[in-house]
Amino acid sequence: MEIPAARDPVSAARDAFGDAVLHVKQFRGETTLVVEAARLPEVLDFLRVSSGLVYNMLSDISAVDYYPEDYGDEFDGADGDYRPGRFAVSYHILSMLYNRRLRVKAFAAEEDPRLPTATVVWPAANWLEREIADMMGITFDGHPDQRRLLMPDDWHGHPHRRDYPLGKETVAFSFNEAEIRKHKPFAQN
Amino acid sequence: MAVAAQAQSIEEQRKWEGSIDQLRGLVSERAMTGETMLLNMGPHHPSTHGVLRLLLELDGEEIVTCLPDIGFLHTGIEKSLEDKSYEKALPLTDRMDYLSPMSNNMSYSCAVEKLLDLDVPERGQIIRVICLELARCASHLVWLGTHAIDMGAMSVLLYAFRERERVLGMFEMLSGQRMMSSYIRPGGVWRDVPAEFLPTIKQFLDDFPAKVDDYEALLTQNPIWKDRAQGVGVVEPDVALAHGMTGPALRGSGVNWDLRKAQPYSGYETYDFNVPLGEHGDVYDRYLIRIQEFRESMKILNQAVARLETVKGPYRSENRKYVPPLRSELGQSMEAVIHHFKLWTYGYDAPDDEIYSAIESPRGEIGCYIHGTGANKPRRVHFKTPSFIHISALPVMSSGYLLADMVAIIGSVDIVLGDCDR
Repeated sequence: MEIPAARDPVSAARDAFGDAVLHVKQFRGETTLVVEAARLPEVLDFLRVSSGLVYNMLSDISAVDYYPEDYGDEFDGADGDYRPGRFAVSYHILSMLYNRRLRVKAFAAEEDPRLPTATVVWPAANWLEREIADMMGITFDGHPDQRRLLMPDDWHGHPHRRDYPLGKETVAFSFNEAEIRKHKPFAQN
Repeated sequence: MAVAAQAQSIEEQRKWEGSIDQLRGLVSERAMTGETMLLNMGPHHPSTHGVLRLLLELDGEEIVTCLPDIGFLHTGIEKSLEDKSYEKALPLTDRMDYLSPMSNNMSYSCAVEKLLDLDVPERGQIIRVICLELARCASHLVWLGTHAIDMGAMSVLLYAFRERERVLGMFEMLSGQRMMSSYIRPGGVWRDVPAEFLPTIKQFLDDFPAKVDDYEALLTQNPIWKDRAQGVGVVEPDVALAHGMTGPALRGSGVNWDLRKAQPYSGYETYDFNVPLGEHGDVYDRYLIRIQEFRESMKILNQAVARLETVKGPYRSENRKYVPPLRSELGQSMEAVIHHFKLWTYGYDAPDDEIYSAIESPRGEIGCYIHGTGANKPRRVHFKTPSFIHISALPVMSSGYLLADMVAIIGSVDIVLGDCDR
């Protein structure tokens, strides 16, 4: 079987989605494609199935929090990096056929951060997104399982946010009974 | 205690016990009516390889679906890394996948090197390859022993751990630590190999192939082993890819993908070795692949040890903006003292940008995503770990098989819960 020639993912995405591709960045040989959050699953599915691209595998999803000030309209550092929202979620996708990687990135707002889920494109996104929802507090609309993944069900806050204190957490096992009762009524007797 | 208060506390408890409604949509409708049984396996089950809880939905002995519950070993490593300079964060990465700490060190070091654009000298790369392949052997030995003991073959564990002790002894020789070695560091390795290392590893390379034959003699043609392993936990290649599986679990389904070949790092492209592939995607094929990987690792190790004897030179980058100077330089150069002081107190600045770098660990692809801040601490470090992905794929691997097969399936994907929960 003849393998179709590889296409440039940036121009292919620009042709197909136009203004939904908000920004393109190159750093250390890695290409980052910032896309409009609402059209994220569409873009990912396009990159997965189109001939000449075939990003068939989802390697990783990681979220980053630009709190307190490295984002927004006033931000002008880091060589003009584009950061419209506080939270960014990066989808690291891999094309085994053409042996190359691509990062697709979408931003979420500070108030009630939301993104559409990518589980419809890759089942692998299920737990990776659950982890981000748990640790970073970003809601993935349409995700089939919205329970917390790593932290206990009754945990308060989202530990990977930059405003979540490091080393100052509710002690789950302590003699601070008032605190325990507040969170864990079942532990009373 | 007043009766009313007690009654209230029972009410409170009920509220927290939760109801089956919470699981609606996650388990089948038959579980809602009680037609199928929900059964907990773990978190303290000997064959969950750590603390993993599985909520199994059973129709008789057949698994309908399973809901893995993780997080018991969550230690906040990614969060802790945000408050440490790049070099000082390294020992924390040892503690994720505690069966192959060298691979974690390597994935983190590769990511930092990519972020900083830092070079690694040739001798450093060769030592790294030796460490990584030894780590692969040590990790596969634990997998082999525990997988066999899960399936009822007791003696393999003792033989496997006997050889693993020798590998850990070599790690101690290199780094002073048997397990949490922190030996591979950004820019190369911590120190050069000691004089007694070469004879020891040569002796090991002479002995080990015969030991692998011994393991195979115990298991490969063993009818009970074949009965338990063949045709169990079958994963089709497209399913494996859709669920993001990597490493031996993916190659067991016949997908030829090994990052050492596809996207070589640390000079893997210059070594001659094969990537073993399976055909059926079952537990037995994944077993065969790891056994063959022992032999391929031996091939790589033999070549690397031969090179180590001829290639001399620095074992760590000499870029003094990022790599601390040697002790011997400190007495002679004021500049070295300044670098020493700066690097061990403040560290170094990394660009305010993001990179993703992946290596092939014994379990699959370990990816490391680092987003710098422009200062000496990262904004975010995220590890994509193979155990995490493979546990999330357990439901598709196990549905339709018997409860007793669950143990075989968990063993065959070789999960480490520290790796999963981080």
